Amino acid sequence: MGSKKSFLKYFKAHYWLYLMVIPGVIYLFIFNYLPMYGVVLPFYDYKIAKGFRGSEWVGFENFRYMFQSPDFFRVFKNSLVLSFMRLLMGFPAPIILALLINEVRVRWLKRTIQTIVYVPHFVSWVVIASIITNLLSADGGAFNYIITAFGGKPINFLIESVYFRWIIVAAEIWKECGWGTIIYLAAMTSIDPQLYEAAMVDGASRFRQILSITIPSIVPTMIVLLVLRMGNILQNGFEQVFLLYSPSVYEVGDVLETFAYRLGLMEGRFSFSAAVGMCQSVVGLIMITIANKVANKVEGGALW
Amino acid sequence: MRAKRKKHLTSWDIGVIIISLILTFIILYPFLNVIAVSLSKETAYYKNPLMIMPRSIELTAYGYVLQQKLIKSGFTNTIFITFVGTLFSMFVTVTLAYPLSRKDFKGRKIISKYLLFTMIFNGGLIPNFLLVKGLGLFDTIWALVLPSSLSAYNCILIKNYFQSISPSLIESATIDGASDLKIFGKIILPLSKPILATITLFYSVGRWNAFFQAIVYVKDRKLWTLQLVLREIVASVNSLEGDMVSYVSPRNIKYSVIVVSMLPILCVYPFVQKYFVSGTMVGAVKE
Repeated sequence: MGSKKSFLKYFKAHYWLYLMVIPGVIYLFIFNYLPMYGVVLPFYDYKIAKGFRGSEWVGFENFRYMFQSPDFFRVFKNSLVLSFMRLLMGFPAPIILALLINEVRVRWLKRTIQTIVYVPHFVSWVVIASIITNLLSADGGAFNYIITAFGGKPINFLIESVYFRWIIVAAEIWKECGWGTIIYLAAMTSIDPQLYEAAMVDGASRFRQILSITIPSIVPTMIVLLVLRMGNILQNGFEQVFLLYSPSVYEVGDVLETFAYRLGLMEGRFSFSAAVGMCQSVVGLIMITIANKVANKVEGGALW
Repeated sequence: MRAKRKKHLTSWDIGVIIISLILTFIILYPFLNVIAVSLSKETAYYKNPLMIMPRSIELTAYGYVLQQKLIKSGFTNTIFITFVGTLFSMFVTVTLAYPLSRKDFKGRKIISKYLLFTMIFNGGLIPNFLLVKGLGLFDTIWALVLPSSLSAYNCILIKNYFQSISPSLIESATIDGASDLKIFGKIILPLSKPILATITLFYSVGRWNAFFQAIVYVKDRKLWTLQLVLREIVASVNSLEGDMVSYVSPRNIKYSVIVVSMLPILCVYPFVQKYFVSGTMVGAVKE
């Protein structure tokens, strides 16, 4: 057959290329594809001592239990609410910051600002959670210092349900909005400067220029990122919640990741934990497909 | 006579600059505060917890912290994991990226899909845990080095950068009889320094800061990474043993450990910063 011959010919001439993909392909197989067998875990009553052979098949029992569990619904709700809050406030933040930075016409200042705002992204959540815990502590924390200076009583922020979600959202914005500007600033630098010049000639104010030129140019980028974000709708970072939460805020702060972690690794309920994890992945897959279809219709700037 | 272009700063410019500076300061503030407090006496802290400049400098907290066994092992483990892990990550990622960047590579489509799928679908916490256990890696340092070594996202960024290198260079080299390996080593790699520096930084930072993997895959205290040690100290420093505690306040210890954990990254950061903006920008724009 013609194609087989040409493949062999190509292979002989370019065997290095095939050798080069081997490490990556094997690696992905072991560490990414093998764990995917975990998709069957929720269907067994997996006991680690017995392994797969010894564990009982329980069909949809775990899922039935999951959907009837008030704990699960509380956690599911928390994941959704937190994710939406992070989306609503966290998605625009880097865009606004990027627009602002893009308007800074003093080169060295622009560069310095960029250098500084990227820093929190490189610091670990452990460090940030420690800083936040100290800033918010009821015993000498900076925030309470200000509150008591104004005559108020110190508030132990991290154990009050009413503040918890806001703290998580604010922490994430602080950490990531600087870094998030990179992709938008990149898009902005590819805008034809003649557009701005023409607008200036037409008498448009700088603000008007932003509205009519800059923002529309970054809309495709925004859409791609939004679609990706939608795929992660049930996901919240494990570390940021785990490091800041405590039993007193489980009511609002316990999300699918932390729930699955406690159930699976602390309580050893592997199958149930896997069921929770699967729920997350499946919903994510559905969401990203839907979001992509919508994006296709709107702007044509979709992922596939 | 040099022609000078006069720059008029309008009120808009000034407004933008002021708001930008305020936001930048807000982002910077917590770091300044932490560093300042860690260097100051506790009494100075109570006078002004909001400080950004250290008062009554006192280094005993740092002395205490740097002598802790757990800190030393934490550092050793983290440095090992970061160094070996990043090397390994770069190896598997870059070798996979190059063939995928070659449009003529037969099998490109299927391997690309193979890679992309790993970005979308993940086995989940429990299966990964069982895998690590099954491979006999649980509670060894390798459990912190091997998993999560190949980020499809990073691979794609590198692949895109490789693609942006002029194909005529490759063509002329092929005509000259160079093997793919030579092309890769002598042409592609040297021209890819920005993206390689960027991705190396990404992987290194990810390793250095890793916390989740450490609590899941490792039990032995001696294998704890720096982040784990930091977490432990900050969470439990109020009940410390040892007579040093009478000299140093728990708060100073906490803050010192925080600074010590951040310092390496903050030191490396300025040097690599110039690379990664151009590196990610090319990746982003080209997509």
